[in-house]
Amino acid sequence: MTGKPPFEAVVAQHGPMVLRVCRAVLGRADADDAWSETFLAALRAYPELPADANVEAWLVTIAHRKAIDVTRAAARRAVPVPDLPEDTPRAHPGGPDLDLRAALAALPRKQREAVAYHYLAGLPYREVAAITGGSADAARKAASDGIARLRLSYPDGEF
Amino acid sequence: MNAPAHPQPSAVRGALAVTGTELRALHERLAARADAAGLLDVAYRTVDTPVGPLLLAATPAGLVRVAFASEDHDTVLATLAAQLSPRILNAPQRLDDVARELDEYFSGARHRFDLPLDFQLATGFRRAVLRQLPSIGYGQTASYAAVAAAAGRPRAVRAAGTACATNPLPVVVPCHRVIRADGSPGRYRGGLAAKQLLLNLEAA
Repeated sequence: MTGKPPFEAVVAQHGPMVLRVCRAVLGRADADDAWSETFLAALRAYPELPADANVEAWLVTIAHRKAIDVTRAAARRAVPVPDLPEDTPRAHPGGPDLDLRAALAALPRKQREAVAYHYLAGLPYREVAAITGGSADAARKAASDGIARLRLSYPDGEF
Repeated sequence: MNAPAHPQPSAVRGALAVTGTELRALHERLAARADAAGLLDVAYRTVDTPVGPLLLAATPAGLVRVAFASEDHDTVLATLAAQLSPRILNAPQRLDDVARELDEYFSGARHRFDLPLDFQLATGFRRAVLRQLPSIGYGQTASYAAVAAAAGRPRAVRAAGTACATNPLPVVVPCHRVIRADGSPGRYRGGLAAKQLLLNLEAA
């Protein structure tokens, strides 16, 4: 007996977090694809995952790679489309949440990733750095720069 | 919220809120893709029946486990993860045929199951006993001694009883039709009341 829970429990426990991370990094349009690719790859590798592994960090590592794949595939598509067509910033067209999503989409990718992996996935900066490359300090700076810019572009929010 | 040094992510999390409907749609697509990719080692679902909610689990080879609520479905799934594979997903569509045949059985319209069965959770003599059970017809009963004899070991009456009591495929593989020589029902994985309910259903 390995004691490893059924994969269904992994999806139930971490599926919402991974979807939020994918949405933060990619925007809503491509997040579903990245989520599906992430959990399909995770299911494939699950039997080999050590029983004491950090499942959140493992899933975010896979999601990070899949998000890069999805971005490349989108870039190869013939017609260039805006990153987040439905999230174009206007004067509160769809409420503050939409503005915040647009502000996230406008961040440099490294900052978006650092914000998502630290604040949404709850990973310490050491783990964030292991996923994105660079040092833990650089990951901490990217996340704090990202949050600062979100606050600038979203001054009436909770920031 | 005022925490400028370490801003709370609640606003970001709120803006990226995900709904149960969205997750269910993604989960359904994942199960279908996993099945198509040959990665769904165990698919499961639950169905409501007159003997309570039943957990149904299938490998690509066929139905591998039917579990009563009294066995605790989460515990059964954890055991399947250890015994078979942790690649387990709630994937109802792969058990549609099983659910339909059970429906027909409990409504009295079906007297024989026609489903691919995976007996890998029973080995040796126990498996030999289980394979004999479908030859006991709907509405009929047999004694443990008769079942032991049919499985080729007439003196292994107690072992035949254990095989029935640990049947991984109750209801579908009719161990409920095996009763004691004195006519009392005998042990049953789903409890005595469930066994009696099935016998009454088939006697009607």
